[in-house]
Amino acid sequence: MTEPGLRPGMRVRVRERPVEGHVRTPFYIRGRLGRVERLHGRFPDPERRAYGGSGLPPVPLYLVRFRQADLWPDYAGGAADSLLIDLYEHWLEPLGDGHGA
Amino acid sequence: MAHDHDVHAHPPGRDHPVREWEAREAAIRGLLIEKGVLTADEIRRKIEEWEQKSPALGARIVARAWLDPAFEARLLADANAAAAELGIDASGVKVVALKNTPSLHHLVVCTLCSCYPRALLGLPPAWYKSKAYRSRAVRDPRGVLAEFGMALPPEVEVRVVDSTADCRYLVLPMRPAGTESWDEPRLAALVTRDAMIGVARVAAPARPA
Repeated sequence: MTEPGLRPGMRVRVRERPVEGHVRTPFYIRGRLGRVERLHGRFPDPERRAYGGSGLPPVPLYLVRFRQADLWPDYAGGAADSLLIDLYEHWLEPLGDGHGA
Repeated sequence: MAHDHDVHAHPPGRDHPVREWEAREAAIRGLLIEKGVLTADEIRRKIEEWEQKSPALGARIVARAWLDPAFEARLLADANAAAAELGIDASGVKVVALKNTPSLHHLVVCTLCSCYPRALLGLPPAWYKSKAYRSRAVRDPRGVLAEFGMALPPEVEVRVVDSTADCRYLVLPMRPAGTESWDEPRLAALVTRDAMIGVARVAAPARPA
């Protein structure tokens, strides 16, 4: 069992891992800066299950929040608008509990 | 074997040419049946089971949350357990409920495929699976909402939730005015699929209660 290494409120960067295929992290969010909103729990890794593996041990899955204005340079909505997305821990690089982002 | 799994490009008696993924599904299904892994009746029953689930299940949950603040709190903390309280089986996959307020609106999408809270809403609508919705909902949610007839003022915060993994999301829409004296079945009848995806409000009743 992998213990969750991240906590709500922590700043993270989405890793730009050079992987393709059945991957649950879309390209538009790779390399982006966000903040952990909540831990969903641990789940068998679908990125290994898709290729015949058990996906075990289960990996922590987080809901991570990003400012829309940080994702799209031409974002037309409000400054408070955000995007939340489910990301597995191996996709997240912790940046600490600092403020900003 | 006496038969094979070839699929003709333009078979007679079909509505349209066989698409690549249809041919793949037919081949896999044929092999599963031939090898005794599944029976045709088991496959039919599973399709029937999924097609019988409908947004009425989610609507019951929403109506109960509107009437019972303690239930709403339990729903927001653990939606699977809250569904089970009402006898609704959502045990297959984790569900998270997202509460809309006058200052916060949630919109659900799955940019990678078509992840959807099927246990509570049934099968997703065709537009939810379209590339247009999946690509535009994340980068222009207000434009997409306006096309659905729901222009939001700038002071309302929009949160798009991209359900890419092992969670499914159910939007808890706002209870419309004019329903203060309504009971649960009557409230549930107002709640629509689109409101629980986040592309619509629950409309106020047309006639006085």
